[in-house]
Amino acid sequence: MSTRQLELEILRYDPEKDEAPYFQNYSVPCQDDWAILDAVNYVKENLDTTLAYRWSCHMMVCGSCGMMINGDPKLTCKTFVRDLPDKVRIEPLENFPIERDLVVVLDDVIEKLQRVKPYIIRKDPAPENEEFNQPRSALMKFKQYTMCINCMCCYSACPQYGLNPDFIGPAALALAHRYNIDSRDQGKSERLDILADHDGVWDCSFVGACSEVCPKSVDPAAALQQMKVDGTMEWWKRKMGFPGGDS
Amino acid sequence: MAIAKKALVWGLFAAGGTVSSFLFPFLIALFLLVALGATPEGLQYETIRGFASSWLGKLTVFGVLFLSLWHAAHRLRVVCHDFGIRADGAVAVIVYSLATVGTLLAAWYLLAIS
Repeated sequence: MSTRQLELEILRYDPEKDEAPYFQNYSVPCQDDWAILDAVNYVKENLDTTLAYRWSCHMMVCGSCGMMINGDPKLTCKTFVRDLPDKVRIEPLENFPIERDLVVVLDDVIEKLQRVKPYIIRKDPAPENEEFNQPRSALMKFKQYTMCINCMCCYSACPQYGLNPDFIGPAALALAHRYNIDSRDQGKSERLDILADHDGVWDCSFVGACSEVCPKSVDPAAALQQMKVDGTMEWWKRKMGFPGGDS
Repeated sequence: MAIAKKALVWGLFAAGGTVSSFLFPFLIALFLLVALGATPEGLQYETIRGFASSWLGKLTVFGVLFLSLWHAAHRLRVVCHDFGIRADGAVAVIVYSLATVGTLLAAWYLLAIS
């Protein structure tokens, strides 16, 4: 198997020592079938053990190796060396504070993921001692939203999250929508109080970058537009005195 | 927490977007036809005027204009935001005021057609 010399330009930053982030160059002999994560691992193992970055599964499941590759948010395990030019710039995910080097602070998104109540809410008791059956058609409505691996590439791509960090953002809203349209759930009205509040869906201007960069082909932009319709309907229902509608 | 009032303007924006995206290509094509001197029979001045003098006609024309104006207003607000104008409050007041004035004028002119 042939090898290709790749020039990696990696952003380095240790908030305790460095005044500002800077780029450090590494020359890496890459094999044809390598993902860019292999090249970063090569740096860590052979050239510079001080480099900090997150990764775990190397198979697009864990969602921890998201980074900016030549300016685009991508999973490094899914981005192949053969598709890249000889010079590759690797930076931490945009729109997040840097913890160190390529590691970002995700506390904000973790809090938002919890805030949107991403679990089934029941008003009537759920069936006991039997399976909670769901037709396949009901499953297909939300299945794509369950594919999210929380890699946060969508938050890096979202210009609105970059402008307003209070915006709940694509992944958390798409996850909430997944429960809103689950036929077993009865918490849509309760959830919309959070999702359609000021920092909720309305900040989205439908740029659609979240859906474009998603490595798992989830479509958060579609979820957000559908939630805007839900939020509007719910607003009118409440204004006109109807009880909140739960699917 | 509650559902923000933005739901109201977004609702008008969405409804206006649907109406204008379906109707305006036809209107532009018809304008071109009329400009080229090939006015279809049903679009003669008298016919259109007759349509706008009935209550159903008035209501239809008003609905299209009202929704399209509010769609345009909200779209302009978002465009301003995307272009880096961060005075969202002032922008909102200006664009929605223009839409209100347009809505009132549309109603005024339509009512004047007898």
